[in-house]
Amino acid sequence: MVTQSPQQPFRPEGEGFGRRRFLGFVLAASTLTVAAQLGEGAAAPKAAAAVPGLPEPAELYDLNDMLTDATLLTANLITITMNPDGTASFALPRAEVGQGVTTSTAMLIAEELDLPLDKVRVTLADARPELVFNQLTGGSNTTISTYTPVRVAAATAKQRLLEAAAAELGAPLSALSALQGVITAPDGRSLGYAELAVKAASLTNLRVAVTLKAASAFQVIGTPQNRIDALDAVTGRKQFAMDVKVAGAMPAMICRPPTINGTVVSVQNLAAVQAMPGITDVAVVSTGVAVRGRTFGQCIDAVRALQVTWGPGSEDHATDATVLAELRAAENPLVTPPLPLLTEAIDARFTFHFASNSPLETNCAVADVRSDSAEIWASVKAPITAQEEIAAKLGLPVTAVTVHCVQGGGSFGRKLFHDAALEAAEVSQKMGKPVRLMWHRTDDFRHGRVHPMSTSRVRATYSLGQVLTMDQRHTSVATEFGHGLGEIITSLAAKLPVGGLAFSETIFTLTQQTPYNFGVTSQLLTEVDNGFHTGSMRNIYSPNVRCAQELVVDRLAAAMGRDPYEFRREFLKDRRAVAVLDKVAQVGNWGRAMAPGTAQGIAIHPEYHGFVAVLAEIDCTAATVNRQIPDAVTGPRVTKVVCAVDVGLAVNPKGLEAQMMGGIMDGIAITLTSSLHLHNGVFQEGSWDNYFYTRQWNTPTELDIIVMPPTTGTPGGAGELAVAGAMAAVACAYGRATGTMPTTFPINHDAPLAFTPLPTVPPIPQSPTDGLSRAY
Amino acid sequence: MPQHTFILNGQQVTVDVEDDVRLLWVLRDVLGVTGPKYGCGLGVCQACTSHINGKAFNPCSVPVGDLQPTDRVTTIEGLPATVGRDLHPMQEAWLQFDVPQCGYCQPGQIMAAVAKVLQARAAGRQLGDTDYDEIRNICRCGTYYRIREAIAAAENQF
Ligand code: FES
Ligand code: FES
Repeated sequence: MVTQSPQQPFRPEGEGFGRRRFLGFVLAASTLTVAAQLGEGAAAPKAAAAVPGLPEPAELYDLNDMLTDATLLTANLITITMNPDGTASFALPRAEVGQGVTTSTAMLIAEELDLPLDKVRVTLADARPELVFNQLTGGSNTTISTYTPVRVAAATAKQRLLEAAAAELGAPLSALSALQGVITAPDGRSLGYAELAVKAASLTNLRVAVTLKAASAFQVIGTPQNRIDALDAVTGRKQFAMDVKVAGAMPAMICRPPTINGTVVSVQNLAAVQAMPGITDVAVVSTGVAVRGRTFGQCIDAVRALQVTWGPGSEDHATDATVLAELRAAENPLVTPPLPLLTEAIDARFTFHFASNSPLETNCAVADVRSDSAEIWASVKAPITAQEEIAAKLGLPVTAVTVHCVQGGGSFGRKLFHDAALEAAEVSQKMGKPVRLMWHRTDDFRHGRVHPMSTSRVRATYSLGQVLTMDQRHTSVATEFGHGLGEIITSLAAKLPVGGLAFSETIFTLTQQTPYNFGVTSQLLTEVDNGFHTGSMRNIYSPNVRCAQELVVDRLAAAMGRDPYEFRREFLKDRRAVAVLDKVAQVGNWGRAMAPGTAQGIAIHPEYHGFVAVLAEIDCTAATVNRQIPDAVTGPRVTKVVCAVDVGLAVNPKGLEAQMMGGIMDGIAITLTSSLHLHNGVFQEGSWDNYFYTRQWNTPTELDIIVMPPTTGTPGGAGELAVAGAMAAVACAYGRATGTMPTTFPINHDAPLAFTPLPTVPPIPQSPTDGLSRAY
Repeated sequence: MPQHTFILNGQQVTVDVEDDVRLLWVLRDVLGVTGPKYGCGLGVCQACTSHINGKAFNPCSVPVGDLQPTDRVTTIEGLPATVGRDLHPMQEAWLQFDVPQCGYCQPGQIMAAVAKVLQARAAGRQLGDTDYDEIRNICRCGTYYRIREAIAAAENQF
């Protein structure tokens, strides 16, 4: 599956010497401790705008530039400590939720420090309020914004170690060489970093000018590396929030309302439930009735036993149909200017249903709230905001709240929010005891955040072999972004090339683009605000917006009698986009003869200074579609995917491939099988056998991911890139295999439910007891 | 409170807990063995998959009272010892293919994979596409393809 492309289509811009000189800091400490300013200008070069399509805001200045510029504002330091045992430690002010940033960060340090990768320890920093905007993980931004500062700190450390070695060995610094954690003099004498760590320490803070390695000298960056936490993961030693041992933090769960945002009117049997086996506490909180007990199993029993009178929720009369009608009514009209004679138009409207961004780890957090302080353990991507909101909720000063960032069992947008941390803090305060609060899976689907339903109208006009216009009107249930992002937008408002737009419109404009020279293009977002808890889902708009566009591109190609690949190739604005498209067409044997009922689809997606192309093959034959697997949705099967990705510079190609693989599985899910069905204010799905995320039986049996050689020399975003490309390619393949362009996503959403919905009272199901009979 | 005795990762353990508490919570909340993960408590996601007497099962779906003192429960923590090594060949294959992303599902995936191989071996055959399609474990990070690669590589290594 792994292919490193040997071709070198572009000369990497690289970093000239001037762009490699930076200031680092040596901090006063007992062992060598170095620092660099986070946000020291790691922005990737801006994409060049092509003609004749006018440059769109997202091409000139995208969401990632905004996040990177935000980090330029603060003058705060990230530090690396060289330990006397020869290891280097770094507390990363970002969240690790599976995307591999601890590994790629360790690689940056290993590179500049000339230390073996397994000697670098990367942990996650607690919330550090002084970092302001510098501790937000989102928009695939981590590597982009930390690429330079982390290397500057590491280079500073190496320089100090060299200076210390020069003094010890009595040799000129320029004659020394550092390799794999050992500094060697010309006469062969050598010292390990372990012996130098204390000697290289400084009594005072120093500023040091350092020069970063030239890209041509990289030994670690750009090489495929395994994750540094893989061993912990496969042995079960990796610690997630629910595995953290905090004294007295007993399991806690919430009995939630039967409909979204329902409220507790009264509890009939509070005392009786409190007396149940194992249960220690029962308390009414803002989101329901909390129980605390010796085991989660007993909490489940208690939640199920509670008799609660519930007030109405915020969406009790809403169903898929009413929300869709609301969106339709809010759609911004498509206005195409008068066009020359012989101009033809393609008009399409797409519907994207609610989807769940729930990771496998449900919402959870540990909280120990005392009268004058609070300690929280959770996986959160905006820990500073979490700290502030928790402090406000508890009535404590921000400084009295400590937020420990724990590795997350997936995020997909969920961990930009801290719903469980806030809830755990409230429960701990109410009960006056530490709690380990976890959401039940069923609650996580029904009350957890969802990716909003949306519609997209696209109109394209063409004449005499040219596309003259492409207009898109995206209408969506409002997406919540989480506070961290909102503050960044407010503070940067003057700098953005899209003045005067509302918050979500700003994000839309900063992320969405038409990658083709289609004459006059426009894209607008309209939002309908409801009482749903929403969030991004491995990207905010792109998978839906770009899928709609790419399907219309296929229609245009067909209408103009062109091959979908050749057509795209001719109209693409950016040569990096052409390169990835060519790559998948070549590796994927585009245009090969396919049996009836099967087809190829091809699509590209640009975002965050990166480009991805995906070629998918789908099997829509009756034999495949009607495969029987218990409690599953089978349907059309994507049999093969070829993906080529250019992120400018892949720090860890193996990690990048993993991100592409995951994004592809998401793209397949949201195109073919996975959505939430809303009925009278409650999402019907309550388990993974109701919510049909990609499973083994939906996984392509052939997968080829090609990481393109470096193009820009600086890393672009990767975590979300493949979802849009894969969704579009799979949708296009489906359209070509069946002869009908899909317009509702996932394609099976309007079919009869493939499961019997779980009851809403009690809100969560009992665990089965027949596990032994199902052993295999 | 009733007492329950069984063999956990080679050691006899006795716990005081109500009969109907599912084994997953006995492992995690009472005994502090956190390798098996919670993903649903419904026997669906397979994140908790462990072995009982050498077969894969979901401890979230077994009341502790159903266990016999002679029952051998193996969690991911005890898997290497079943082959007398520091790492089971399936875990080594997982490392070789760098399968884990967030890692949350992976203890369950590995325990399921080992059982699936043994099941096919007992039936006298190699794993095929149908066998892979029978692995129900969710991986929300979408590592399915590397899981297949790793299982294929480890299949004949133990
Ligand atoms: S937690 Fe046991 S199957 Fe999901
Ligand atoms: S690695 Fe994250 S759920 Fe599988």
